[in-house]
Amino acid sequence: MGTQGQKAELIIEPIDGVFSVVLRGDWCLNSGLSEVSGRIVAAYKKLADVSVSAVSLDSREVGKWDSTVMPVVLEAYRLAVDEKLEWRDDQLSDGLKALLDLATAVDEKEGAARLVKHRGLFEQVGDAVIELRKDADIWLKFVGDCLLGMIDILRGRARFRWRDFWLTMQKVGPDALPIVTLISFLVGLIVAFLGVVVLVRFGASYYVSYLVGYGMLREMGALMVGIIMSGRTGAAFAAEIGSMNVNEEIDALETLGISPIVFIVFPRMLALFLLMPLLVIFADLVGVLSGMMISNLMLDQSAPIFIKGFLEAVGLPDFLLGLGKGVFFGVIVSASGCLRGLLSGKSADSVGQAATSAVVTSITMIVACNTLIDYIAATFGI
Amino acid sequence: MDASPTDKISVSGLKMAYGDFVVMQDLNFEVKSAEIMVIMGLSGCGKSTLLRHLIGIQEPAAGGIAYNGRDFVNASVEEREQMLRNFGVTFQAGALWSSLTLAENVMLPLEQYTDLSSRDMRALASTKLALVGLNGFEDYYPSEISGGMRKRAGLARAIAMDPEILFFDEPSAGLDPLSSHRLDDLILRLRDSLGSTVVIVSHELASIFAIGDRAIYLDVEHKTISAIGEPKEMRDAPPNPRVGAFLRRGES
Repeated sequence: MGTQGQKAELIIEPIDGVFSVVLRGDWCLNSGLSEVSGRIVAAYKKLADVSVSAVSLDSREVGKWDSTVMPVVLEAYRLAVDEKLEWRDDQLSDGLKALLDLATAVDEKEGAARLVKHRGLFEQVGDAVIELRKDADIWLKFVGDCLLGMIDILRGRARFRWRDFWLTMQKVGPDALPIVTLISFLVGLIVAFLGVVVLVRFGASYYVSYLVGYGMLREMGALMVGIIMSGRTGAAFAAEIGSMNVNEEIDALETLGISPIVFIVFPRMLALFLLMPLLVIFADLVGVLSGMMISNLMLDQSAPIFIKGFLEAVGLPDFLLGLGKGVFFGVIVSASGCLRGLLSGKSADSVGQAATSAVVTSITMIVACNTLIDYIAATFGI
Repeated sequence: MDASPTDKISVSGLKMAYGDFVVMQDLNFEVKSAEIMVIMGLSGCGKSTLLRHLIGIQEPAAGGIAYNGRDFVNASVEEREQMLRNFGVTFQAGALWSSLTLAENVMLPLEQYTDLSSRDMRALASTKLALVGLNGFEDYYPSEISGGMRKRAGLARAIAMDPEILFFDEPSAGLDPLSSHRLDDLILRLRDSLGSTVVIVSHELASIFAIGDRAIYLDVEHKTISAIGEPKEMRDAPPNPRVGAFLRRGES
């Protein structure tokens, strides 16, 4: 007869050469059990000089129970098996015997259990460096595949998907205008505020237009559009292509002998390549106009004076530098998005990771490349 | 590779592995022209992996695959592309390109490899869709049709170029018994009319017995093929207990 309504108890003691495990009380999820796992093995190890030849499990005094009791039953059973002791289950209830049979019906597959490996700091750094090397290989292969794809198109062995190109143009161009307008407007304001705060101190408020002109055309226009497109379009490319991977659409292309690079990557890459300069021009215009507005409102500087200063400050090389950056950043965003999508695994989780990875990769590359381009431009006096 | 002239597909000493983990090894079998060969076995034994090797998505760790006596594994890019054009593959979930309509999905291989006018391609795509019972669904997108219809549309795309060899990955998976039976019937009829060789990955007994001319059993325990022959014969006289248990499951 079970002891229903009592707290779970686990009594372990050697009696006459038998390692006896007795269960009492309620063994349920909400019975307030704590730290019962491992107690049987720990008690066995403490036996020291006491010799036992069998393990017995007694559940006659168990009240209510559910599968919470099973880990203890299994621990006792495995102890008997591992230590080559006799297993006595004659005092075990039929229900628990049936569950034990079920749990031990299939042997653990050798080598199936994953080893949880704790990596030290140096190992983690080493792994990260090895990953970087692998990443470089992947990029190199991707660039090579793109070149081969271009050759195939030029030789007429592959067909460019114009339809996808126009669809992508629509998605990455006009649909992106509201966010590009908003961010460029705000960035123009920030640059102008900076000018107002700093330059006025030196009585050089006229040069706010210089700052806005240089800031937007050379730097912020292209940089902000690049970052916006990373988050908006690069992530979308990665998620879209990653989903195609999950649905085996990419496998289907390969079995038709169609290159995923030509079919999927090129239309997206060309669309961004062509649209980025236009978006950069638009962002420059909005940024400069918002800077002019601040100059007018806070410094009482008229539009003609602002424009005069702006035209004195910036020339065609500044404009072209920003435009060139835009084209380059477009290639980075589309390549990162497409590559991460193609490399994603076949699970929903991996699609999310691909999108995140695409954004991180492209923003990092954009900022790093922007710095490098600025250094080169400064060195050559552009 | 010793391939008889009647062998459409010849697999010899194939070893499939993910890194150090060997999935199957020492796989040897032939598929004859216009034969329906079923690859069967328990879940996780490597059936779909074998199919992916046969269609070139995965590369073998060792061994060879030949089509019409021509080496597939070591073929040049151009040769392999030529061989791939003779394949029609349907994937478990259809693998239709979601941005294209059903007709456009079927037309894509035609656009890629033929000089047909778009009007002719469209007519051909409609015909292929009609063959799989999807007449009138030309302008539907994959997301607008049921799972069974997507499988059939995938089949229509697979037969777009009248392939010599058709590969099916679990065609009956996720289908109700009636739809599954219809799909089996469709595969049989297409084989009879197009004369295609068919390789099917399946563990559905009804399909295996209904359409399989021969079958191979991938034995997960020994990591190789443990039986090859006619499915009904293997059921009546199992070459080993595992095949018997697999083919007689559900029998009282």
